[in-house]
This record gives sequence, structure tokens and C-alpha cells, in this order.
Amino acid sequence: MNGVVCDECTRAAMVRAVAGRGLPAIEPGMPVPAGTGLTRRTFVARSLGLALGVYGAGKLSLFEGGIAEAAAAPQGPILVTVFLEGGADALSLLAPVGDPLYRKLRPSLAVTGGTPYTADTALAWHPSLAPLAQLDGEGKVAVFPAVGYDHPDQSHFTSRHFWEVGATDPQLLTGWLGRYLDAAGRPDNPLQGLSLGGALQPSLATAHLPVASIDGPNQYDFWVPGVWGEVEGRMLDGMDALGRIRSDDAAFATAANVTLQSATLRRQLLPFASDKGISSPVQYPSGDDSFPAQLQGLAAMIAAGLPLHCVALGASGEYDTHAGQKAALTSALSMTAASLYAFQRDLEARGIADRVLTLVWSEFGRRAEENGSGGTDHGAAGAAFLIGSRVSGGQVGEFPGLSSLDDDGNVKATTDFRGVYCALLEQWFGFDAERVVPDGSSFQRPKLVA
Amino acid sequence: MYRGRFGLPQAERLLWRAGFGPREGEAQALAKLGLDGAVRSLVDPGPEKLVGPRPHDDKGRRLAPADAWGEDHCWWLDRMVRTSRPLVERMTLVWHDWFATSNEGVGSQRLMLRQNQLFRSHALGSFSQLLLDVTHDPAMLIWLNGNENDKDAPNENYAREMMELFTLGADRGAYTEHDVREQARSLTGWRNRWSSGRGDYYFHFDRRRHDTGVKRVFGKSGRFDWRDACRLCVGHPLHPSFFVTKLWSYFVPVPPDRATLLGLEEIYRRGRQVKPVVQAILGHPAIYDGPRMVKPPVVFTAGLLRRIGAGITTTDWAWIGSLCGQQLFYPPNVAGWDDTRWLDTATFRGRWIAVERLLRGHQHDPGKPPKGFPRTADGVFARSMAFWNAPQLSAETKATLRHVARLAIADAGNEDWKTRQYPVLLGNALRELIAVSPDVQTS
Repeated sequence: MNGVVCDECTRAAMVRAVAGRGLPAIEPGMPVPAGTGLTRRTFVARSLGLALGVYGAGKLSLFEGGIAEAAAAPQGPILVTVFLEGGADALSLLAPVGDPLYRKLRPSLAVTGGTPYTADTALAWHPSLAPLAQLDGEGKVAVFPAVGYDHPDQSHFTSRHFWEVGATDPQLLTGWLGRYLDAAGRPDNPLQGLSLGGALQPSLATAHLPVASIDGPNQYDFWVPGVWGEVEGRMLDGMDALGRIRSDDAAFATAANVTLQSATLRRQLLPFASDKGISSPVQYPSGDDSFPAQLQGLAAMIAAGLPLHCVALGASGEYDTHAGQKAALTSALSMTAASLYAFQRDLEARGIADRVLTLVWSEFGRRAEENGSGGTDHGAAGAAFLIGSRVSGGQVGEFPGLSSLDDDGNVKATTDFRGVYCALLEQWFGFDAERVVPDGSSFQRPKLVA
Repeated sequence: MYRGRFGLPQAERLLWRAGFGPREGEAQALAKLGLDGAVRSLVDPGPEKLVGPRPHDDKGRRLAPADAWGEDHCWWLDRMVRTSRPLVERMTLVWHDWFATSNEGVGSQRLMLRQNQLFRSHALGSFSQLLLDVTHDPAMLIWLNGNENDKDAPNENYAREMMELFTLGADRGAYTEHDVREQARSLTGWRNRWSSGRGDYYFHFDRRRHDTGVKRVFGKSGRFDWRDACRLCVGHPLHPSFFVTKLWSYFVPVPPDRATLLGLEEIYRRGRQVKPVVQAILGHPAIYDGPRMVKPPVVFTAGLLRRIGAGITTTDWAWIGSLCGQQLFYPPNVAGWDDTRWLDTATFRGRWIAVERLLRGHQHDPGKPPKGFPRTADGVFARSMAFWNAPQLSAETKATLRHVARLAIADAGNEDWKTRQYPVLLGNALRELIAVSPDVQTS
């Protein structure tokens, strides 16, 4: 199941290589920057230090626009959601070592050697989650050992869909955070709902208001060979203008809309258009994994005052462990946990930890009994974590034990994920959850924010 | 059946939905055939000819699709660009999405290409046969753990997805969790060998690992094996409606009305054949009168290359495909790509870069304006349109681009170097804007 042929290093190098631009011809009388021979990227990077004068009056407004929007953003709360894709095995994340049935059901996969979980010592952290255990010791983690919903669906896609839209409704098209942003967001700020990793995360799908999706904050430029200077400015304005074309045709309107959002986002991210990389006060896990790099960029964007509000991204690794579960989980969890730990320490070092909560979730847990391939099949209740300095730490909903599995041999949920969403909307955003979560009044809200 | 006018716009749209857009003169030729003839020429294209410059990497070497990272993507993209059988290639892409297998889990470009050839050979054939062959296709056996599904410890992965995603659909009452488990038992017995030199090889059915007991599936009992598992799915009363609805969604962005759905099911039930269903869909008014669709990224990219008669001259297309949200042989998961969400701010930038990469080497040097290069806004706009072989743009889009052109020409004022260089810079810029316009992103 491994054998990832793609060489991320090579790919990253290639993506950078795209910025290796041909230089414009130099003629006397040309304005800077075109005549300096600087690439656009390095120019913009230097412009951060060199103030704005050299950029020319025409572009000044664009640049100032990005800064002004950032500065005008309230220093409000930010929610980050991290998705463990594939159905992470809750019985490994928080191993029920105190349950006599555990070794029976998991003869080859029972996890051993982890730190006991303080609130329920019958559970033990997966050894790879030691960084979370440490944050938990500081009271910065809320632990959901069995979260899910009634009548669990064992399809990846259906169950993930339920979590993304915040309802057990297969037809709902907007995400739970998307609906919140539609009600509470702004029409001119795509960064309010930010997907990291290059694809829109469904939880952020809105009906009306713009949201954004990027790989990283310093990679969002629009360059064309043989175009520079004033004409480049006109071209980028033209991108904006194409985005403002109205149409009754849904696909055309979508294409126009995304064009406009991209033009707006480009302006917002101008302060990050740099090749220098991002400097952080703490060390993130190294290597070619994109997850720590995304969190690192995220912390820097928040620190720079960009108007972020809801952020969604996928964790490191792949959690659909039908086979070879032990090794796959060990590496995926250690990269994920070490990155989350660095992110928390980064936020603390930058003095912005009070503004950020991070919810770690998966579409379901896995079958209590292991299969014959050294793995586990799809199950029901899963584990989730809420991390942050403002978290009301401790256990939310108890672990129901392995002697009371459901008819399919799966762990039953003791917390409904929609109750978690309602609690976050109300306690973190101060927003009426019933405007976002269907039947919102019927779910119990745990206390999540201290 | 569509009865309206079948002219150039209709022929162009058909070529986008059933293939990768027109090459120069292709839409005109297709329009002359009339709707019937045009559709027939697509579903019965005759033997494949590859037309246009042969593909190579950045150093002029032949592609190594089985070995080098990303060259599998470029190899297939080339086939989309050069094929004389666009619908066969488009259906191959449909099956790649339908039975979405990712090399992320398979780890062998060789096996992925073998599966790709399977999809191509069944492109417009029998779905029953396709399902049987996919079920023991080596890449699929690895991807959904069919090769680890043992009678003593069944692995449900393939059993579930074959019903949920390949034949019946979730949440339609077609099957229960119990059926998933029983189908997994029917599918037991496939395995393969592995060596460090050869990787995964010798995929075969091992009777000793097969569960020969009685299974109960969809209310029927028997000593079912993998063939029965496929047969039961394809024979399920809820399969035809799932099949035609899913197939329809690749060609038309809104669901079929009830009469259309029943008609297509009727055609499909006659022999579980793909071709007559596709033929009926391509002749349906919804293709010609219905709303536009966002082009999938590889269709968009292959279409631009076809439009200007260019070939594959770089392997950059692989990572650019990934930036656009579609790297071939790497669908995001077993459900395939989400055709309703191709466009967001990240993938829009990916498409911008695809156009930019294509333009490299074609752009005029502003320092050396070509002889007779126009200096008026309208002249420059017309020249950039001609570069792309005059794609169809809406009046609003044309007006927007002409406005950009007028502003840039006005910027030049009377400064000598500007009046010489700005028209060329503008021509280069307009090429990009035309290709990323909402009109060209959709069809």
C-alpha cells in the first residue's frame, strides 16, 4: 500500500521553477521594475522593505488594498479544522488498554506503550500522539473518544459528507462553515474561508460569499511570459473585470466568480509574494510533507493580520487502513501530531494563541475487530480532538467500552458531532448555531471554550 | 433526440462534451455531417490514428510513461491531443474516474497503464464485461485490497465500493451492510506475489483462499464467487438507473428528466452495452440546448493544445495537472474527481499556469515587435483571438477584453518605446486572458 512514486522534492522544485521567468528586454526610459531585470517575485519581496514608491501609482492602490483589508480585519477568533482522511482508527489513537476485550479483538493490532490518558486511565494515547498528550497535560486539549451520530453510515463519502455539511442530509450542498460564513462573512474577503492544500474543503463551501483555496500564502501570483509593467497591471485588472461578468448560466457564473475571487485573493496575499520562505519562531517537522508547511504558513498569515476566520486542511497521512495499519498509523500520526504541536507553540510564541482553536476529526472510526490483512474495516464512532489555549480541556463524552458494540461490531458514539459544531459556533464565534446546523436545538452542547 | 439546428456552435459543443474540443477545421467538418452522422462518427470512429507532432520531454527524449514520475500523465495527455478517436479516449477518462484507482496506493505506473488499456479496450463495450475485468485487474486488486481478501479474514474494501460507487449507489436501499460482508466473502481468493525486483506480480485466483460456503446476497443464496458477485450487481434491479444517471452526469451538468431516464434505462437493459446509451445521450437536446459545463482540467488543457496544433514538449504538464486538480492516475480517492467542484482559487491559478506554460515559446518579444504588428486596440485583440483559432466568446467577454486593450494602448501615450512595445505586451497578455475567460473554461 505504500510505494508513492511521486518525488515531492522534485515536484516542489518544479513548482518553484515556474517562477524562473525570462527577463524583459531593457530599453532606455523604461520605468522600474521592468528595467531592473528583477523578477516580479523578488521585486515584490523587496518592496516590502523598500516601501511602495517604486511600484508606481497605478499599482499602489492594489498593494495598499491588500494591507488595508488586512488592517481593517477585526482580531477575531479563528477556527482551524484538520481532517484525518479515510476513517482514523479511534481504538489506536486512544487505545482502550483497560478494556479486557481489546486484546481479544485486536490480537495483532492492539496499541501498547502509550501514555495513559489522564481523564480516563483505561485509555492510552497512541505513542505517536505523545505531543498531544503533552498539550493535554497543559489543559489545551479536549478529547472526544467516541464521536459520531446515530445510524452511522459506513461509506467514506456519505459519512464524510455528513460531517462536512454538518447534517445527516445527503442532499445538502453547502458546508457547515460555509453556511456560517454566508450568514456572518463579508462579500469582499475570500480569505474568511481558507482551504489549504490546493482544493476547496467541502465544509467551507458557501452558497454566496467568496472563499479561497491555496497551497501556501507565498505562492499565489499570476505571471505571463512577455508581459510586464503597466500592461501587466492592465492584464491583472482585466482578470478582475472578467470575473465581474454576469451570466444566467450556472457554469459560466461559477467560472466568472472564481476568477473574481482569485483576483481579490491575489491582492490580499501580495504582502506574502516572496521567495524567501516563511520564518517562524519555532521548528516545524522537516521533510517534504506539506502538512507542517501549511500550518507554518497559516500561523504566519494569522500573525500578519490577514482576515482569516475559518480554515480547513487535511492532516498528514492516509487513514483508510484496511491493511498494514500499524506502520501506516505510526508514521501518519507522528507527523500529524508533531506538526500540530509546533503550530500551537508557534501561535504561543507569536502571542496569538488566544485567537485560534483547532478541531481534528475523521469521517468515522474503524471496526473493533481487526481483519486478516493486518488492518481494520470501516466502523462507526471515531475520535476527535480540539486543541488550543482557550480550550476547556478534558474528556467530552465517555468511551462506551468494547462490550457494548452496535450490531455491526462497531463502537457507539457518545457525542454527536453536530453538538460539537453547535458548541463551537456559539461559544467560539458567538453565533446562533440554529441558523447553521439543521435541528440545531436537539443536540447537547459540551463546554468547549474556557 | 435533438431536432434543432446543428451548425458550428453545436458541433463545437459536441466535440467538447464527447472529446477534447476541435482541432482546426474539425468543427466545420463535423457540422456538415448533421447530428446523426456526427454522433455516429464519434461512436464508430474506425481504427485510431495519432495526428500531430510526437511527444517528448523537455530534453527531446521519448516519454517513459511506465517509469518516470509524471510521464504517465503526459503520455495520456498526448493521446488525448493526437487521437482520431476522441470519444474512445474521453470514455477511457470516464472509466478512470468511475473505477477511480490511484497510483498513490498502487505504486506501479506499469500496472496503472495496464488498467488504462483495459478501460480503453472496453471504452464503449459491455459494462458487465468491464466490471468483471476490473474486479481482477491488478491495480484494482492492490488499490482496494482484493488481493488480501482471504476466506479466513475477509477484507470488505472492494465489496463495498463495487456496490456503492461502481454499480448501485449508496443510500438508495439497494444493499445492506450484511450484503457488503457477504459480497466480500464471494470475492475472496485473489492474490499475487511480490519480490523486491519485480514488485507485485503473478496476480491469480487461489481456490484455497476462496470461501466456498453459501452466501446470501440481495436475498438470494448460493455458493457465490467473484463472477457471481459481479453478475449480482449488474443484474440488480437498481443497477440500470444508477448506471445511466452516472454516465449521463459526465456529459450533461443537470440530471435527466424522468422520461429520458426511463428511455436510457430501457436501452441499457437490452444488453448492458455502453455504446447505445452514450449514443442516445449525445443525441439528446440537453447537450445542445442545456446549460454549459466546466471543462475538466485535462480536457481544458488537451483542448488548448489541439486548438493550436501543438504537441507535448514538456513534462511540466504532470505537476500543472496537479495544480489544476487533476493529475491523471492520481484521482483524489476511489470516488474519483468531484466534477461539480473543478474551480476554486487554487485550481484557477493552475489553469492560468497551464495557459502560461503553453504560451512559453510562442510569445512575441516586446523588444522585437514582428513586422506589421497592429498598434490599435481592436487590431491587437483580433490578433490574439487568431492565435487561439477564434474561440467562441460572449459579447460581454469581448467587450471586457477590448476595454483592457484600449486602456493599455492609451497608457503608451506618445512615448516612443511604449508605442512600439505596449501593443506586443498587450497581445501577449490578451492571449492569456482569452484562454482563462469563463467562456473558454466552460463549454
